[in-house]
Amino acid sequence: MGDPAFPRDDGTVDRIGLRARGPRDRGPLRRRREDRLAGGVAAGLARRTGFDVTAVRLAFVVATVLSVGVMVAVYVAAWLLVPLDGETGPIAARAMTDRRGLAVAVGLGSLLVLVQAFASAFGTGWLASLAWPLMIGAAGLVLVWRNAPVDERAAIRRVVEPLQGLTGPHRRSGVVARLLIAGVLLIAGIAVLESGHESLAMLHPLTGAVLVIAAVVVVLGPWWLRIARDLVIERQARVRAEERAEMASRVHDSVLQTLALIQRRADDPQRVVQLARAQERELRSWLFDGRAPGTIEPGDMTFAAGVRLIQQEVEAQHGVAVEAITVGDCPLDDDLSALLAAAREATVNAVKWSGAPVVSLFAEVEPAEVSVFVRDRGRGFDPEAVPGDRKGLAESVRARMARRGGCATVRSAPGQGTEVSLSMPRAAGERQPSRT
Amino acid sequence: MSTAGISTRDGSGATTARPRVFIVDDHGLFRSGVRSELGDRVDVVGEADDVEPAIALIAGCLPDVVLLDVHLPGGGGQLVASAIKAAHPQVRFLALSASDAPEDVIAVIRAGARGYVTKTISGAELVDAVHRVAAGDAVFSPRLAGFVLDAFAALPEPPRSRPSFDPELDQLTTREREVLRLIARGYTYREIARELYIAPKTVESHVSSVLRKLQLSTRHQLTRWAAERRLM
Repeated sequence: MGDPAFPRDDGTVDRIGLRARGPRDRGPLRRRREDRLAGGVAAGLARRTGFDVTAVRLAFVVATVLSVGVMVAVYVAAWLLVPLDGETGPIAARAMTDRRGLAVAVGLGSLLVLVQAFASAFGTGWLASLAWPLMIGAAGLVLVWRNAPVDERAAIRRVVEPLQGLTGPHRRSGVVARLLIAGVLLIAGIAVLESGHESLAMLHPLTGAVLVIAAVVVVLGPWWLRIARDLVIERQARVRAEERAEMASRVHDSVLQTLALIQRRADDPQRVVQLARAQERELRSWLFDGRAPGTIEPGDMTFAAGVRLIQQEVEAQHGVAVEAITVGDCPLDDDLSALLAAAREATVNAVKWSGAPVVSLFAEVEPAEVSVFVRDRGRGFDPEAVPGDRKGLAESVRARMARRGGCATVRSAPGQGTEVSLSMPRAAGERQPSRT
Repeated sequence: MSTAGISTRDGSGATTARPRVFIVDDHGLFRSGVRSELGDRVDVVGEADDVEPAIALIAGCLPDVVLLDVHLPGGGGQLVASAIKAAHPQVRFLALSASDAPEDVIAVIRAGARGYVTKTISGAELVDAVHRVAAGDAVFSPRLAGFVLDAFAALPEPPRSRPSFDPELDQLTTREREVLRLIARGYTYREIARELYIAPKTVESHVSSVLRKLQLSTRHQLTRWAAERRLM
């Protein structure tokens, strides 16, 4: 059938296809909020290439060791230059206008140059080789810190927290104690490793390594724990935000829609009572039985039956004919239930706003995807001119599809009717011939 | 309901002459309703309420188009169509049905009807459909397009299990599939032509070709639907 967003002469295509899921994302490289430890560069790279995020991080660490720290500078540069998922520009764009930040970064850089000079003077070559990347990295971090949004600063705070612990006013005694213990362990470890005593020969590598590792754990352990805890908390907050969005779109579909209907039918008391009752039933079953309104229960129902149910419900509630045509059929899963809910919302929208006497609802199940087209020959609208507070299409249909990895396109022009195209890729595990 | 390609602006060159129309339906009220809706834009030459009188009367007056109800007391509408088609192939049939069951629709199409519309069609659309059938074109409702897409599902049946498999007749071309999908989505022929960058005439020839396949193919789904109406 080709691209549903077939361009038209009058340029009224409104493409909002958002493929939010899938093994690989073909869009430009973006740093990701989800799964990020520091800047989200590894998470973004993992998403772009389809590799596991842990594998990408390990590759980063290995590259850091092999390149003697150059990778750190590369990472910070990417943090500065790659925009965060959902943001328009990179941090670097803002940093260029931040004169003080640039000054601090240059100052820090020159300080490190001094350190490097000293280090070379004393002949510690390995420190000198580390200094360049560290200098670039630290200067970059300063710029990120000064110009990043709040949530990104939290990530940097995590990265530099051990240093902050040394200078911060609180819990200094704890930090000092930890450093003392670590110092003792470290000295002991190095002593064991360097010691030439014969009775210890067998134990050298093992004991020494254990002591050095223990020193590192004592210093950095609490920090690691905190990072892990922060990550869990952040993830929970995101889940809550998503749940809230889902809930808002459901309340919009059911309660707000019914209230709008009641306002339009205010002259017909019997119809108002009927609507209110139906809404009450629906709301109760959602609140107390956990059955979400606007969703069609997966399980014993098939996709085509769900489409017919939309037709019946919308015709009964709004008194406008819905001509539903389905080709093929398959069992319902969560993705297809979301598709049906979006189709229902688009149909109700067409019935309410188009003024057309009949709305066409065409659904086709294909092996790789399921698509639904909702078309009316009503008054149409200019997709560019829809005010932001009209939640119907924007939230319920587009976002609902995007959350599940689907795609929604709205095509309309004043006086030419409206067509909403929805498509949802089928779960790979459930692919089967569309015919029963 | 909307029916594809029945806008008068489609530039189909539908005949301006008034086609002679015969109405077959067992409900008197429906016949008079259709008669008044068609008005003077067609010439209603007769009507019948069952299979036997319909066959006799149609053979007598040989109309251009017969509006044929799918359900008749003495049998299905396809009995009328097949009886007349055998002797008078120039008489064209347009099936009218309150039912949306594929076996009803497919049976009457396979008996020779050149199109199918539901009884909820508006008067203007019905007049248009009659003109279109009179001009030799096919009239596909979105519903019929859906049935055809279903019957000619994307997965071709393996030829070895179907000795009578004819790739020419038993499969739709990609273009035909596209046209049918747009009809099912409620597009008119004119809109389909614009969407696919082809001439309206080309859309019509695709639809006619699909109609031919629908009538002649031996695909299992089609023969099963037809058999359920005891046509074959």
